[in-house]
Amino acid sequence: MKQHHGMTSIVKNTARLVSGFIAVFGLYVALTGHLAPGGGFAGGVILAASGVLIVLAFGRRFSAKVITDRAVHIADAAGAGVFLLVALLGFLAGAFFANFIPTGEPHHLKSGGAIPISNLAIFVKVGAGLLGAFMALSAFRLTSKESKT
Amino acid sequence: MDALVPLLVVVPFGAAFILVALANLPGLARRRAEGGESAGDLASAPGPRRHRVLSLLACAAVLANFIIALALLRADIGHIYVGGWGDEKSALGIELVCDGLAKLMVVIINMVALVSIIFSWSYMRRFTKVWLFEALFLLMTGAMNGVVLAGDLFNMYVFLEIAAISSYALVAFGCEAEELEAAFKYLILGTVGSAFILVGVTILYSLTGHLNMAKVHELLPAVGQTSPAVLLAAAALLGGLALKAAMVPFHAWLPDAHPSAPAPISAMLSGVLIKAAGIYALARIVFNVLGPTTEYAAILMALGVVSMVVGMFLALGQQDFKRLLAYSSISQAGYIVLAFGVAAHLLATGGDRNIAGLCIFGGLFHLFNHAAFKSLLFLSSGSIEQQTGTRMLKEMGGLTRRMPVTSFCCRIGALSIAGVPPLNGFFSKLIIIIGLALAGQLVLAAIAAGVAVGTLLMYVKVQRYALEGEPSGAAANAREAPAMMCVGLVLLAVVCVVAGLALLPLRDVVFGPAEDVLLGAAGKLTGGLTP
Amino acid sequence: MGIAIYMLAFALLVVGIYGVIAKRNVIKIILGILIIDYAVNMLLVLVGYRRDGVAPILSEGQDAKAWAATSVDPLPQAMVLTSIVIGLGLTALMVAMAIRLYQKYGTFDMNEIRKLKG
Repeated sequence: MKQHHGMTSIVKNTARLVSGFIAVFGLYVALTGHLAPGGGFAGGVILAASGVLIVLAFGRRFSAKVITDRAVHIADAAGAGVFLLVALLGFLAGAFFANFIPTGEPHHLKSGGAIPISNLAIFVKVGAGLLGAFMALSAFRLTSKESKT
Repeated sequence: MDALVPLLVVVPFGAAFILVALANLPGLARRRAEGGESAGDLASAPGPRRHRVLSLLACAAVLANFIIALALLRADIGHIYVGGWGDEKSALGIELVCDGLAKLMVVIINMVALVSIIFSWSYMRRFTKVWLFEALFLLMTGAMNGVVLAGDLFNMYVFLEIAAISSYALVAFGCEAEELEAAFKYLILGTVGSAFILVGVTILYSLTGHLNMAKVHELLPAVGQTSPAVLLAAAALLGGLALKAAMVPFHAWLPDAHPSAPAPISAMLSGVLIKAAGIYALARIVFNVLGPTTEYAAILMALGVVSMVVGMFLALGQQDFKRLLAYSSISQAGYIVLAFGVAAHLLATGGDRNIAGLCIFGGLFHLFNHAAFKSLLFLSSGSIEQQTGTRMLKEMGGLTRRMPVTSFCCRIGALSIAGVPPLNGFFSKLIIIIGLALAGQLVLAAIAAGVAVGTLLMYVKVQRYALEGEPSGAAANAREAPAMMCVGLVLLAVVCVVAGLALLPLRDVVFGPAEDVLLGAAGKLTGGLTP
Repeated sequence: MGIAIYMLAFALLVVGIYGVIAKRNVIKIILGILIIDYAVNMLLVLVGYRRDGVAPILSEGQDAKAWAATSVDPLPQAMVLTSIVIGLGLTALMVAMAIRLYQKYGTFDMNEIRKLKG
């Protein structure tokens, strides 16, 4: 890695240390979505934020190798697909989107039936989608016809 | 049968996600080329074989949807509560409503979608990343199904937005300067419209404490039909939806957006999106949520007449084939809204319900017909553009000899939109005009008849320049469009012919129940006048 | 007092519409759209507001009935969340289109972005 890709090594090392924790925090927010404020979307945004940090610190060239377009697309589609699947599995319990897993005791992590699964699916979908959108936007170069010279 | 209803939304959405995943799965694709980024991008494009599989998947999903829609037509479907935790009393759950009107709309949407996706099999080959197009197309189709099935206001708004966002992206799909400009304009205006719809929904929720349409309708009289808050909500909703339906004061985006899109998308946008997201929602809100009053009826009638007349005059002056078709969409949509407006007026003033029914029937039939022939015309304009490389009418000519199938289908579409007797457009316009006359709106009936003549002129011009005469420079090298495109065109042409002939059976099976939905709720409101 | 806060939301809405209509810069138009978005979101939250209400989260050991009598309306908050998600998608699309427009036209000025008639 040449120095002119991304920011200084201080930023890179900090980002390397911190981004994992940010991602785990996102997972936490998504996992406890059925108990406390938060949920799949908020968690996914936090996950994407950790990715954005990597992109900013290490530059697009490097991060595009780690976070490929293809992986983002697949994760995005898989998240949405699992969410739909959970909705369809509701037919097992009689109706579309019905909760087909025993709901368990309220206020415990293991409760809510299919809701945590949906939350996780949304977590993956939003994280991948938002990160993908950010990567795609950062790929643009703002060069116009006039300013090319 | 009830279990099939959510599938109308699930199948296209699921297919879209699977499509995206499959297109990006490594393995079957060509080996990643060595070297820089651009080569990597190239390698990640799926190979031609996988392209075909993906297109087939998209076609299969839409076909499955169409079959479900047809199967639902005769089915007796009760209330469907998503998650199974709602009931009629509390109306707390999210409800899917599959009544007569929704069934009709679902059939129309999936019919046009099926034809468009068949057409795009060959048409879209010149673009890269066709799978993205197909995924967006499926999202748009599923979202439109969602719009017509949604039983509560907020879900209707969400599905409207999904359909709208996919359509913005689809209009810009070619990424040329004009397309981007049109899409940006469409995006800005569409978003403002959606914001107003959400304002209206919010106010109605704050007034009644419900989002379920039937429940809101039930509780609104207690608030007062003419209280300022209700009127504000109505203004926001009608304004926003009129923008989505491209009624004339709000039409600025349509003549740019519809022609700029790829032809199958133009067909979808003009054929069904402005109807599902605009006219259908408008009718639902006015008839089944707010309840028809003379004020709303007057607004609908005014929007309808102005769109009809202005759209026709603007279309007459166009030289660009697709632009002409887009303006003519505004004009034809005006017919539908006008018919609904007169029906609402009759219902509000306690007029004859049979005549109101006739007007609604005319409007719905015209909606169906317009979906068929406008899609047909847009698709044929697409294949003409692909073969001749021009959209200007004057540069075409003599296409009858060069492209017999396309021009035959195009001619059927043009004749039927112009209202030539044995075809469907004639009957729907006739019914609307008779309905208007019987309702005592003789001036409106005369205007409608006049606009029909104008439409005839407009399409005579199309025939004259594009199809007749000697082949011009652009048309000289034109050949018949690929088979899949012709199949799409022929299917729609058959629909145009058959719908005109099978008017009466269709009324019993399809349009009658849809008519009752719009009439029925109003019956409750005005104290259950029996027909 | 009660109505004034709603007026604030509508005032914000009007500011956004002004931005969309009067400004000719693509970025400013996008900002106008975002202001409209937030105005509507604010209206939604306000609709569910209740004076001295508590957050609509049932914590352990709380009586559900008593909680329901004091909490604010949770439904508009769910709607706001949905609306924010839609806004996010729209923003991404708008920004992407703005960048593409810049690449094609070399300007953000809507007066110069008019290859189409009308």
